[in-house]
Amino acid sequence: MFHIYCPHCCEYREEEEFHAAGQSHIARPLDPDACTDKEWGEFMYFRANPRGIHHELWVHAAGCRKYFNITRDTQTYEIKEVYKVGEKPTVVANAIQSK
Amino acid sequence: MTEKSMTQKNRLQDGGRIDRSKVLAFTYNGKKYTGFEGDTLASALLANGVDIIGRSFKYSRPRGIVAAGAEEPNAIMQIGSTEATQIPNVRATQQSLYSGLVAGSTNGWPSVDNDLMGLVGKVGGKMMPPGFYYKTFMYPKSMWETYESYIRKAAGLGRAPKENDPDIYDKMNQHCDVIIVGAGPAGLAAALTAARAGARVIIADEQNEFGGSLLSSKELLGGKPAAEWVADVVKELSTYDDVLMLPNSQVNGYHDHNFLTIQQHCTDQFADRAPNGQVAQRYHRVRAKWVVLATGAHERPLVYGNNDVPGCMVANAVSTYINRYGVVPGKNLVLMTSNDNAYRTALDWHDAGRNVVAIVDSRKNPHGTFVDAARDRGISIIVGSGVIEAHGSKRVSGVSIAPLNDAGDAVVGPIIKMAADTVATSGGWSPVIHLSCHTGARPVWNEEILGFTPGATYQKQLTAGAINGAFSTAQALSEGVKAASDALSQLGLAKSDVVLPETEVIEEGKAMALFHIPHTKPTSKAPKQFVDYQNDVTASGIELACREGFESIEHVKRYTAMGFGTDQGKLGNINGMAIAAKMLNQTIPQTGTTIFRPNYTPVTFGAIAGRDCGALFDPERYTAMHAWHVEHGAKFEDVGQWKRAWYYPKGNETMQQALDRECLATRKSVGILDASTLGKIDIQGKDAREFLGRVYTNAWAKLPVGKCRYGLMCGEDGMVFDDGVTSCLAENHFLMTTTSGGAARVLSWLEIYHQTEWPELEVYFNSVTDHWSTMTISGPNSRKLLEKLTDSDVSKENMAFMDWKPMTVAGVPARVFRISFTGELSFEINVQANYGLHVWKALFEKGAEFNLTPYGTETMHILRAEKGFIIAGQDTDGSVHPFDLGMSWAVSMQKPFSFIGKRGMQREDCVRENRKQLVGLKTLDPKAVLPEGAQGVLDPKAPIPMPMVGHVTSSYWSANLNRSVAMGFVKGGLDKMGERVFYPLADGRVIEAEICSPVFLDPKGERQNV
Repeated sequence: MFHIYCPHCCEYREEEEFHAAGQSHIARPLDPDACTDKEWGEFMYFRANPRGIHHELWVHAAGCRKYFNITRDTQTYEIKEVYKVGEKPTVVANAIQSK
Repeated sequence: MTEKSMTQKNRLQDGGRIDRSKVLAFTYNGKKYTGFEGDTLASALLANGVDIIGRSFKYSRPRGIVAAGAEEPNAIMQIGSTEATQIPNVRATQQSLYSGLVAGSTNGWPSVDNDLMGLVGKVGGKMMPPGFYYKTFMYPKSMWETYESYIRKAAGLGRAPKENDPDIYDKMNQHCDVIIVGAGPAGLAAALTAARAGARVIIADEQNEFGGSLLSSKELLGGKPAAEWVADVVKELSTYDDVLMLPNSQVNGYHDHNFLTIQQHCTDQFADRAPNGQVAQRYHRVRAKWVVLATGAHERPLVYGNNDVPGCMVANAVSTYINRYGVVPGKNLVLMTSNDNAYRTALDWHDAGRNVVAIVDSRKNPHGTFVDAARDRGISIIVGSGVIEAHGSKRVSGVSIAPLNDAGDAVVGPIIKMAADTVATSGGWSPVIHLSCHTGARPVWNEEILGFTPGATYQKQLTAGAINGAFSTAQALSEGVKAASDALSQLGLAKSDVVLPETEVIEEGKAMALFHIPHTKPTSKAPKQFVDYQNDVTASGIELACREGFESIEHVKRYTAMGFGTDQGKLGNINGMAIAAKMLNQTIPQTGTTIFRPNYTPVTFGAIAGRDCGALFDPERYTAMHAWHVEHGAKFEDVGQWKRAWYYPKGNETMQQALDRECLATRKSVGILDASTLGKIDIQGKDAREFLGRVYTNAWAKLPVGKCRYGLMCGEDGMVFDDGVTSCLAENHFLMTTTSGGAARVLSWLEIYHQTEWPELEVYFNSVTDHWSTMTISGPNSRKLLEKLTDSDVSKENMAFMDWKPMTVAGVPARVFRISFTGELSFEINVQANYGLHVWKALFEKGAEFNLTPYGTETMHILRAEKGFIIAGQDTDGSVHPFDLGMSWAVSMQKPFSFIGKRGMQREDCVRENRKQLVGLKTLDPKAVLPEGAQGVLDPKAPIPMPMVGHVTSSYWSANLNRSVAMGFVKGGLDKMGERVFYPLADGRVIEAEICSPVFLDPKGERQNV
């Protein structure tokens, strides 16, 4: 069970208070009507499943109810960093690792 | 000696950590025995000379106790004196003896001593090679259920109690700086070091007292018996407020981010039932800053012919029974070893006054402190040899010993036979790395100690003592201090001073890598050589698996079932891997190891559940009027966590009779529904209106204050997931309602879009579901009833359909919405929840003259189905968009912002012909009620499998229409009005229906427009 630092509450809380909400940084296309079916399908359904560094959206559901991002190693389950929505991760997979 | 202890024929006169003045009577397999306080069930059984404690899983061979701790594979007991207190699969080696304990073998029929299955096993065993359940029981498929019950019966594990457990279990959340797992020499040294530094410490150990190996050792620490040092440390630890000591506590799981779970046996170690008010077991959930694993090691038995005959034991277990429990489990011992360490068992046996027949050492030239001690005692040592086979059936009667070659893989000389009743063996020690594997670390083979040690980890974990292969007490102590010191420095705490006691100087010769003793016959023809006792996996079985092409150790494991038992192969796995490695011509590290997973030992469901059972299993939500519903005989249904009134039977009414009455009364006069559970979300902010336009499919830009509007909510895929009415309370203030079960999901949906996509919109959401009580009065007399409780003008002119108004109802402030889910004139009265029951009762007071009838969710379903209104989640399933529902009127494609769902519902597959569409279904036989879920076909005579065109989603008997009404999906249904669809049912009937509009009653909406 994860021990997660909520960047809004500024403290570590148990995983039970949080929900995972999928991959981070999937922006809704600004002009959906201009998207092809394929593009819309990619936006809706296609997600990365990396072995290693992954950016995930989580919500402090039983806490402040705010969404935020987690950079997590899917192999070791280490949480490398947390950052707010709108911010960029500082820990990213390097090209060799992600191959 | 008392008469009672005289019956304990294997008990020594003195010695051990038992209290001979406290005699405990217990029952095993219906027979009465006695033991002493301090005994485990296993030590007491051995003291009484009980050899057979079970029958093996596949071959039904008699089995005895082989170990003294968590690694015991055979002594799996059913404990409990009453049906309600049964605990299955308890290891006798870990169960403290208490007065009145009732235990039984988990297999063997009619008894373990005379087992009928054993005869079958001797024949059946040959039919059960490795992978037998894949090979034998696969065909014919239809027979699987028959095979399965046979296998389950033969599996020989305990049974769950048939009555409710009367005991209380609970959970505790714990936090600490350092948790130390294991209270042997390493763990105690670590705990002392951390405690003296002022750290918050938890130290847990599976045994009833701290000390680990020191409790069964004759070693001296600081010139005193080791147990005295243990007592001093325990005493000091108990003086620190921040040290939590947990004996009888198995750390069973090591999870991510240093989260550990501990099962603490509180009262089940000394009583069948927890004494009043006490907790039987407690589950500790620990979040630790640092973890020190000081879990020790298990001795590995050697694999030889008939090594499962009762009397064959692990060497160190024999020493433990002698030194800790004062029990010598036999008279004549043969010890087989590949190392010096195990010589201690022969010394202990000899010193207890019993006969050591011989030490059989696989090495040519053993030398060292213990070897010398054996020679000094005149014990016969047979070098360069092995016990290739044990003799006897219900107890060892002798052994065959033969010289081995240097590699230890061939017999190279004549066999000698010797009489003996006990064979103790040691192939060295396997570090207890299980917990370290739980977080994904892969163990590493250490050639020097011939065992796996913990692999690299990302956890804040340290290890100390035998888990690292530091097997001597001196090493264990110093590693314990070091691990704790490392943790302290990581935590930024000051170092502490611990002076370790002086240990004895012991010289040990090099151990030989030996796992499997060869026989004169090839392994496949030799007497069975068991690797995994619990699953009856033999050396020849593993060799067969390798010959059949299984190369990965994970596959060998699954094919042979090695390590699949409740013991997870603690004793046998390394031996099995060594045998597989040899077959595959590989080293052990090349072959690799399987990974241990939680839990380390089986955990009772009681401990896992804790207090989260019965009424506390899941919270129940009640409306403010719940007590009234109960009082008036309502039947309830669960909607999410809500208890909703389902229907209100009167007298001896059947459900259908009650529903008919409720339906008729509502449409004839007035009915009332407790609708408080509807999700309610208060939405405010200057961009609230814009936000609504983005999340609903229809238009919101022009909804004036005082008006309500129905809205459909879709996902990005265009599929409907919720619906409800939203009202404009003020220019920047709306009240959204959702389905009862969908409230939480909808709130999260709004929040995620606001926070991640459109943070620029100024809008706020607040769940107010519980703040309001909602009463819907529906029917032609609903206005008259409302007028009796309010001074406000609720006439058609002043309060039109889809209007809402604030007013006073029954003397309290209310929001009244003129909306309808029944098609009748209808008012939804919302009052502060505290006033709910008051207003509800006032309505009944004034409603008597109108025969005000309470109705529940079932009548609500019927009334709405008569009108063709959908229920999201019943008439939708995540694969239907608004057009499939015939609700194009609720979609505004002209809105400037591309609302959620708009793009999705225009995808190629969403706009194709012949999609399943929701239509009304009018059975030709008006009395026939279609079962919900029934699949429709266009040609009932088509060959099976018939092409299916869609299923029935809602179907009821309508008393108002005196016929059935139904809705369902039909491919291209909206273009098939008047056509027929057939529903072949499982009972052979075929119900024929006509496709029609789903609006069965009042298609022009005249009833609500009054």
